[in-house]
Amino acid sequence: MGMKFFGASVLRKEDPALLTGKGRYVDDVKLPGMLHAAFVRSTYAHARIKSIDTSAALALPGVVAVLTHDDLPEPMRSRRLPLYVPHPAIKQTFMPWVLAKDETCFAGEAIAIVIAQSRYLAEDGAALVEVDYDVLPASIDPREAIVDGAPLAQQGAVNNIVTQVPVKIGDTDKAFAQAAHVFREQFALHRGGPFFLECRGVVADWDAGTEQLTVHASSQGSHRFKRTFIDLLDLADNQVRVITNDVGGGFGPKGSFYVEYGALAAATMVVGKPVKWIEDRRENFVATQQERDQYWDMEVAVDENAKLLGLRGRLVHDGGAYVTWGLVLPWIAATSVIGPYVLPNYQLELIVAMTNKITCSPVRGAGRPQGCFVMERMMDRIAQELGLDRAEVRRRNFIQPDQFPYKVGLIFRDGRPVTYDSGDYPKSQQMALDHMDWENFRAKQEAALKQGRYIGIGLSNAVEGTGLGPYEGATIRISTSGKIVVFTGATPQGQSHKTTLAQIAADHLGVSYEDVSVVTADTATIPFGMGTFASRTAVNAGSSVHLAAIEVREKIKKIASELLEVSPDDLELKDGAVEVRGVPGMRKTFRELAYNAVGLYGFSMKADRDPGLEATSYFKPEQSTYANSCHVAEVEVDIETGHVKVTRVLVNHDCGNVINPMIVEGQIVGGVAHGVGNALFEKLLFDESGQPLTTSFADYLLPMATDVPHVETLHTETPSPLNPIGVKGAGEGGTIAVIAAIISAVEDALRPFNVRIAQMPVSPETIVQLVLDAKGRQ
Amino acid sequence: MPDTRKITVTVNGQRHEAEVESRLLLADFLRHTLDLTGTHVGCEHGVCGACTVMVDGHSARSCLMFAVQANGKSITTIEGLAQADGKLSILQEAFQNNHGLQCGFCTPGMLITLSEHLRDNPDPTEAELREVLTGNLCRCTGYQAIVAAGLDAAAKLRASKAEHA
Ligand code: FES
Ligand code: FES
Repeated sequence: MGMKFFGASVLRKEDPALLTGKGRYVDDVKLPGMLHAAFVRSTYAHARIKSIDTSAALALPGVVAVLTHDDLPEPMRSRRLPLYVPHPAIKQTFMPWVLAKDETCFAGEAIAIVIAQSRYLAEDGAALVEVDYDVLPASIDPREAIVDGAPLAQQGAVNNIVTQVPVKIGDTDKAFAQAAHVFREQFALHRGGPFFLECRGVVADWDAGTEQLTVHASSQGSHRFKRTFIDLLDLADNQVRVITNDVGGGFGPKGSFYVEYGALAAATMVVGKPVKWIEDRRENFVATQQERDQYWDMEVAVDENAKLLGLRGRLVHDGGAYVTWGLVLPWIAATSVIGPYVLPNYQLELIVAMTNKITCSPVRGAGRPQGCFVMERMMDRIAQELGLDRAEVRRRNFIQPDQFPYKVGLIFRDGRPVTYDSGDYPKSQQMALDHMDWENFRAKQEAALKQGRYIGIGLSNAVEGTGLGPYEGATIRISTSGKIVVFTGATPQGQSHKTTLAQIAADHLGVSYEDVSVVTADTATIPFGMGTFASRTAVNAGSSVHLAAIEVREKIKKIASELLEVSPDDLELKDGAVEVRGVPGMRKTFRELAYNAVGLYGFSMKADRDPGLEATSYFKPEQSTYANSCHVAEVEVDIETGHVKVTRVLVNHDCGNVINPMIVEGQIVGGVAHGVGNALFEKLLFDESGQPLTTSFADYLLPMATDVPHVETLHTETPSPLNPIGVKGAGEGGTIAVIAAIISAVEDALRPFNVRIAQMPVSPETIVQLVLDAKGRQ
Repeated sequence: MPDTRKITVTVNGQRHEAEVESRLLLADFLRHTLDLTGTHVGCEHGVCGACTVMVDGHSARSCLMFAVQANGKSITTIEGLAQADGKLSILQEAFQNNHGLQCGFCTPGMLITLSEHLRDNPDPTEAELREVLTGNLCRCTGYQAIVAAGLDAAAKLRASKAEHA
């Protein structure tokens, strides 16, 4: 079968509707009799709730109900949210109640829900609910939270340590004892939040007659939500349907099930009407999960030739108030440190701290940017200390192309040993360096310096585990109209699944991708799904569509061969029909075949046939497939104001076979922008009592069009051997390595001052301070 | 008693009369009273630009205006940008051709901002478009494809103007 659409930059099927205002985002859903909800949230980072007075709110005309914890229906009232990523190393598994029971553990935690005729009235009502608190001491900084005697972030906790696990390869102490050089660095790494443009939202509708709950949600995985509703309410499979239509960005945190969703289910059950809740931006800053802080205290050991001997240290991760994501995020960070380098010995003490801040969630890149940052900054440090070129240090340490499959010696977040399947890291870096004329940058830099301009260049490499399991599924069905539909639990938030999955199916079925409809994230259409996160959809859903399409194709040929009395081998699929090769008139349309495949009412079906022209496949990857990238960035720094202008970014990315180059390009460029924010300005601030200080886009800066350079891209294609279509994930690769590359470039621009930067983001104030300190030293 | 006013607003060429609460935001009026949900709300504090609409020919943030302030005015939203026969406008088409949208949530504001700019500045540079777009946040695209779409549309608009001149 020739590949006509796989690999082609075809235009997106999603666009015509979105460009004309016909998208269907959750706030566009309007149901008859629908009411609106607003939340009463904790004003303290840690407090005991003494009492809640809802009378004034209830007296307000237009307010229909106010629910607190005690008003929740059973069994939700006696259940905390379930933990879906348990790990034996997690010692304290605090999960939140749907509405705070008697304690609030971060400022912004939901305490009560007000249901009213309009959102305006619901917010008026929420302002009238009086909560009487006993303020409790709070733990805010994770480094302080884990010290003995720190205020407990949760009453009843033993301490604030969720888990403390060792990560280990080889014999690190021995390696350090034999090292020619040892360097230490302390990293303060911050990653802000997702800040998708569309805030979260849910419309919940309980039908008391049929006892069914229908939920429209802005999510990254409708099946996950369905499962949580089932678990919170002990419902049967037929009683819950979750639908996610268009989603205005997700970036990780929209994959979590939040307490608000449970509260909306409770609300519709209590009031008997559909209820809508749309998060406002202020709530988004206090109640949507964030990635925030990691503190790494690390030492690297190298031999006299700058070859890595070992890396050791401690990672303290700010997990926030609840353990929703378990060990996932710090574990990815800890395993991503290694990147494309041979690291024979590695030892890390990984500590997840509980703090009185909103729960931590993976955000685009999910800990990989931090792991990458640590290793890449160490590479730069080695180069600086040993007087070597930064690219050369990396070159000496690369895993070579003949070393695949390469076993790193650790277990990844997918539960499998980290085994890199394919790639060519030295070539990837060399291509990038050549493109950017790395060798000649020094001359440019010196010329600029003569004019008083500080320009710099930096580079960074990353390896990214993508396409995580357990599976994603696809059902392909051709109905008796001949129309083709793909159903999947994958839940796009801008990643263009409706186009790329159609491209894959179209080639096998001999039709245009425009003839294939893709229905995503409606739990009524496919029983199981995991959703879209961790750059997993091309691998998992893509492979499932590929396998299901082949099965449907074979079914088509089989039925047609019986009807046309020819061998299936003589048949080919073309333009919505199957025909005998070389005999144009001898054909059966999909419509005729689908009609036949359904069977005739009352007649017996052939024993070797299953009803319907359809097939379902769940692709289960045996392990993650590893994509990689090399980023090079150029910057200009204004040493007076500390302003950094990112002037050039190049990404050389390898995500295996590419389904749609235009779409992959879009993912990479968008990912870079996210990384620019992480490198230079995105920071969530809290005061020492845990009050969030950044609660609007005026306090928390997202990259604007003038902050992001024109991103240049190169592509290497090393097909993955681990899935039938040879793809690797592409959603996060733009972000991961760019942060370290930009910081490397900033440090390079400030070479005359000999500064070292071990933090992200690096703000203008920090830069000015670094320069002033350096001048003081000089 | 809620304070309400009677307003008359023309949206995408169609006249609407409505009795609205004086505190109702223009964005909510468009989205929830008129069911024109193409205009999006991303921050409700005037920074993200997703809610941008054209009011009497000038772009404005519908989250920073009350519906009553639109009384007697003429508004264009994303729903009113396509050509009379329903085909995508040159700018809309350029967005599709250049992959200028991913999740599509910022798109209504981007389209309105750029429509206004290209109308007044038919031959913009890349730097100029980036400057103009600082009032509109996009978390998905990194702006590059949006800028490319703007430049592409500008060139096509100039060509079509020359043709009709
Ligand atoms: S919603 Fe109006 S500017 Fe963000
Ligand atoms: S396309 Fe998603 S915010 Fe712009």
